Amino acid sequence: MLTLIGIVIVVIGFVLRINPLLVVTVAGLATGIASGLGPLAVVAAFGKAFITSRYVAIVWLVLPVIGLLEHAGLKERARTVVAGLRGATSSRILLAYFAIRQITAALGLTSLGGHAQMVRPLIAPMAEGAAENQYGELPKSTRYKIRANAAAVDNIALFFGEDIFIAIGSILLIKGFLDQNGIHVEPTQLAIWAIPTAICAFVIHCARLVLLDRQLRVELGQKSEQT
Amino acid sequence: MITLEHVYWLSGLMMAGVGIINWRDLSNPRRFNNTAFWGIYAITFLAGSHLPDLANGFLVIAMVLVASIRGLGQGKQESSSREEREASAQRWGNRLFIPALAIPFVTVLGTVLFKKITIHGNPVVDLKQVTVISLALATLVALAAGMIMLRPPLFAPIREARRLFDAVGWAAVLPQMLAALGALFAIAGVGDVVSGLAQRWIPLDNPFVVVTTYAVGMAAFTMIMGNAFAAFPVMTAGIGLPLIVQKFGGDPTVMAAIGMLSGFCGTLMTPMAANFNIVPTALLELPDENAVIKVQIPTALMLLGANILLMNFLVFRR
Repeated sequence: MLTLIGIVIVVIGFVLRINPLLVVTVAGLATGIASGLGPLAVVAAFGKAFITSRYVAIVWLVLPVIGLLEHAGLKERARTVVAGLRGATSSRILLAYFAIRQITAALGLTSLGGHAQMVRPLIAPMAEGAAENQYGELPKSTRYKIRANAAAVDNIALFFGEDIFIAIGSILLIKGFLDQNGIHVEPTQLAIWAIPTAICAFVIHCARLVLLDRQLRVELGQKSEQT
Repeated sequence: MITLEHVYWLSGLMMAGVGIINWRDLSNPRRFNNTAFWGIYAITFLAGSHLPDLANGFLVIAMVLVASIRGLGQGKQESSSREEREASAQRWGNRLFIPALAIPFVTVLGTVLFKKITIHGNPVVDLKQVTVISLALATLVALAAGMIMLRPPLFAPIREARRLFDAVGWAAVLPQMLAALGALFAIAGVGDVVSGLAQRWIPLDNPFVVVTTYAVGMAAFTMIMGNAFAAFPVMTAGIGLPLIVQKFGGDPTVMAAIGMLSGFCGTLMTPMAANFNIVPTALLELPDENAVIKVQIPTALMLLGANILLMNFLVFRR
């Protein structure tokens, strides 16, 4: 049971908000020592594990070209294109963003979205604006609900889109782990088997987004009738 | 033949460039920390394969200390103003998407073509790593296209990469660190302990129960660790491989793909995944810091149920 000390350290470290790199390193070293390795052997094992996991970081090679394109206005252009898809309701805007986000993530373009770059400056204001057009001034609780939904759309569409791209970190991790266990799989095959879940995610979350519109209509429609 | 080692050299050169530009940036109060961090990271890419394990271990610990004791800083100067970028976006229009889209397109193309191309009967690239090498080559193709189209100064790409690396910070290394932690967990037998606990408490002689335990375990363990990358090796070594694959003859590809996505359901439900769930509540000025998690929980639970059914139907199909 002492071997589970690493898990305990990770939980405590994250709860106390200590730098995760430090937490993970201490957890790794403690786990090694708990399993009976000497201190230097643990450091060596950690170094070896870090070096054999370098393939996880290969995805960062895209940063120079992405940075260059951002400098030339890639994000601004993407915003213009997305803004051209202006629909009538909060749900429709979020649905459109969900579809675009999931598809671009599936193409490996995971950096075309994000909370800081897309959700705050564009998606959340557009979704709030659509509801304002329909129902007039919104109560604060409704604004918060729409914003939280915009952030959730970004996460869910990203998580269940990116695994369809064959060179994303999680696919490479799966491949690396199975290789270590003597099972050789193709990244393409892993990506194909991510598609059924991606479709389920789209159906489930889009159904919930349609319900969001209905909910807004019930809440805000009644209020505007009363006034 | 192009191998993974060459891709690591490329990554090492990029990290070294990021370190050098940080060193020369007087606007960053912690520039030497940044230089040390990215410089050491560059060494692990350039020389890691030849250094002894112990030396690599100390390099990693040095990186962690640099990142956690005084922390990394960020340069103050923006590379361009919003107006400049708007004007540039107007000028280039949708052509800006061409280099960006070239990355996935060339990666896929390379994965298919490199398997067919041989020179004197030898493959051009290491076929075991064809996807990763294709991705690296695709970034070079995209970069060349971007350079030809935009004609920026020669060192602009590495300066722009530095800007993005500064913004991401130490988190850029966290996935690799968690993969290393997973490997240490495997050496220490954490998966065995976890699967031992599972086998003691849950009747694992029924394939459906095993699949459910694996998927729910992925989600739960991801919630504890905040990252499906850390949960995957533990759950897969503990329950997935010995029970689903070896005992019941399941397909490891299906199991791994849907297992990872079950972990992502856990990511949607945990404050440990701070960059996805807590940071946006701050960015969007929401009073409740769990507001995003609360929106995500119903979707995550339904999707976890869907994953259990999908895996049950697909993993044993042959």
